[in-house]
Amino acid sequence: MSDLSYVRTELLPEQDPPLSEVGVIGWLRANLFSGWFNSILTFVSLVLIYLLLAAILPWLWSPTWNAGSLAECREIIAELGKEHGGACYGVIRERWPQLLFGFYPDAERWRPIVTLIGLFVALAPVLFTDLFPRKMLWFSGAFLFAAPWLMWGGSIWTPVLVAAGLVIGAGAYRLLVPRVGNLAAVIAAVVAPLLWWFLFVGPVSSVLAPVIPLGLEVVESRLFGGFMLSVWIGVVSIAISLVLGVLLALGRQSDLLIVKYLSVGFIEFIRGVPLITLLFVASTLLNIFLPPGTNFDIILRVMIMATLFASAYIAEVIRGGLAALPRGQYEAADALGLDYWKAQRLIILPQALKISIPGIVSTFIGLFKDTTLVSIIGLLDPIGLTGSIRADANWNGIVWELYGFIALLFFLSCFAMSRYSMWLERKLRTDHK
Amino acid sequence: MASVTDSQGGSFRLSMLLYDSRYRSATIQIVALIGFLLLIGWLVNNTVQNLAELGKTVGFGFLGDRAGYDINQRLLEYSSADSHLRAALLGLLNTLLIAVMGCIAATIVGVVVGILRLSNNWLVARIMTVYVEMFRNVPVLLWIVLSMAILIETLPAPSAFRGDTPSASMLFGDNVALTNRGIYVPEPLFGKVDEEGVHTSWRHGIGDLHFFGDASLRFDLSLDLVAILATLIAGLMVSGLIKRRADRVQAATGLRPVTWYWRTGVIVVPVIVLLWVLGLHFGKPELRGFNFQGGTHLRNSFIALWLALSLYTAAFVAEIVRGGILAISSGQTEAAAALGLRPRRIMSLVVLPQALRVIIPPLISQYLNLTKNSSLAIAVGYMDLTGTLMGITLNQTGRELETVLLTMLIYLLISLAISGAMNVYNNSVKLKER
Repeated sequence: MSDLSYVRTELLPEQDPPLSEVGVIGWLRANLFSGWFNSILTFVSLVLIYLLLAAILPWLWSPTWNAGSLAECREIIAELGKEHGGACYGVIRERWPQLLFGFYPDAERWRPIVTLIGLFVALAPVLFTDLFPRKMLWFSGAFLFAAPWLMWGGSIWTPVLVAAGLVIGAGAYRLLVPRVGNLAAVIAAVVAPLLWWFLFVGPVSSVLAPVIPLGLEVVESRLFGGFMLSVWIGVVSIAISLVLGVLLALGRQSDLLIVKYLSVGFIEFIRGVPLITLLFVASTLLNIFLPPGTNFDIILRVMIMATLFASAYIAEVIRGGLAALPRGQYEAADALGLDYWKAQRLIILPQALKISIPGIVSTFIGLFKDTTLVSIIGLLDPIGLTGSIRADANWNGIVWELYGFIALLFFLSCFAMSRYSMWLERKLRTDHK
Repeated sequence: MASVTDSQGGSFRLSMLLYDSRYRSATIQIVALIGFLLLIGWLVNNTVQNLAELGKTVGFGFLGDRAGYDINQRLLEYSSADSHLRAALLGLLNTLLIAVMGCIAATIVGVVVGILRLSNNWLVARIMTVYVEMFRNVPVLLWIVLSMAILIETLPAPSAFRGDTPSASMLFGDNVALTNRGIYVPEPLFGKVDEEGVHTSWRHGIGDLHFFGDASLRFDLSLDLVAILATLIAGLMVSGLIKRRADRVQAATGLRPVTWYWRTGVIVVPVIVLLWVLGLHFGKPELRGFNFQGGTHLRNSFIALWLALSLYTAAFVAEIVRGGILAISSGQTEAAAALGLRPRRIMSLVVLPQALRVIIPPLISQYLNLTKNSSLAIAVGYMDLTGTLMGITLNQTGRELETVLLTMLIYLLISLAISGAMNVYNNSVKLKER
């Protein structure tokens, strides 16, 4: 054996990867210049971005925060010698409270803010189920009654007594079930609160109010406006439409033919017409449909129509959730001997609603954006307010700053919500991909 | 609902309506029906009472009255002396126009953006993400008023085109003028008969066919257009025949004859010849006095609405397209490649047919949304159905009940037609299971 060898016996030292494959250059080559087509695309995009920024950034950079009128803004901008003009932020500084709160009284503005914070606290245990204790759901329930009181004001006894109606209903059910059977107890549990609300709440609260005068100053609906109005209409409509939507979805999935067709008819009708026609119904027709002499204020009427509108969409979302449950769940519930409502309450709906939350959030985003339509029937939502701000001689002719500010507000809130919805979808997806 | 019915015979008792599952569903349904009818009755009764109090009657006779308002962007001829019915018809046509144009633009932009979002070019994918998020998360009404503001505030006035050194100039060889009063583009014209009835050239248009005399629904059918469409359709059919023959040849011999130039030729050449025979020429917009004359005038309201609606909807379409392509598992592509298909054929034979099944249903519901959103035209003064029937006609006649309900009915019919088409399509591409 000679020690001649034609195969290398020792390993060569490792070499660094070529410079063009790692680091910034590698990344650039892989992601921006991986071929002639991609290189052209990158180049075109860079030029576009440059042109856009060159047009917008100088305009955005404009020290006009303290200007009191458009003319003043123009003076400041002229002094700086800017060719293409600049933004006039004075209008935002002067009018942002109006864009946010409308004509809600200055001294009472803490109320919408507290309501908004309360809304987040109330939603936390619903939206982030594993981060917050379930006990907080009691707060969410109480918030349902506290929020309208905070916003509209009035005696504290009205919401308390209205909430007491639910306690009365539950009490009637508990009390009557052992004595007269389930059905009669259910009927009693529905009738008793209705009687309480229609016959007793008014008199009792007028007795209690002078004795213990607790309450907030009444704020009329016509003072509601701005971003607050959009949020308020959106939140109230979605909250109520959740209940209606569940019922409609169950109706649509039901074996009962008439119930099914009534639900389908309602859902398809609402989804087939534009929201603006429903708002016209609210502004011109609703008073004709209701008994003579009824006169709701316009915001309440808009809320009714927005609720009906949202409930049809929510119903479709929840129907999707119901359809996504495996048949085995329904059959297992039947096998356990649960009746329809018990099966729905204990087995089907908890799962279906959980699957539907992303869809519900997107419906809410859609409705929230659509609340801007109320400006067409003359309500003062942010877009409606731009008109009244421009009517001020100081700000006549101002366009971009207002629209930009409103767009930014909507973008931030809708973007946050859509991110939440995507996060939830990822969390709910249990398959491995 | 499967349940055991215990048939003990015996007589029928009233409580069985509720506790016997044989009768319970009927009971519930009848109660629901009665409740529904009571609700309807209550609403109708209220309406009758309220209308009687206001001294109004219900009727659609007002549709025949003189409208008395003008519609500036219109597809058929119209004057303020026409009836409300004709105004509503023009509004409906405007709605359909914006819906069709919007759907086309939204599809094109949406598909491009959706594909580019999946691009391996980092920068392009990011830009498209920004576009989608920007448009999705801001109300469409804001986009509409914003585009209107952009058109009015940034484009030059017609007077800027005048003088020896105009500050603005027309585009594309003096053919297109972008002004703050709208966009002027050349209009296609066919050879005309001159005043003495003599043709200036043997190449001239066929003329129009008038329908319905003086009625509100009257319209002119351009025979030139009919001829062009007929030629086009005939060309497409011949092209189809050539393709089928090529398929037969390929099935028999295994070789596919090259036919693309024949297939393009039979479609394009006859149309071009026909257009030449009809004497097609373009009427250019020209600045006369304070404004542009001639050409087709696309008003700001139309352009703004069209741009905003299509860009807004395109953001949603892009997400749908992206989702549809991502939904096809990579195993499909790999399997097709393993069968020896080339990338283009993989796309057209394997990925697209499956992706379309995912894409089309939500896409059509976006078309539906766009059509419904076109009712926001009222915010920029484009005279669509909402602007005419539910806008000015309502204000002039004071018949809110009839106009609003009629408008809703028309929108409902449009929506049902679109979703009906969707169901037909869905059934034709549905996976056939069991």
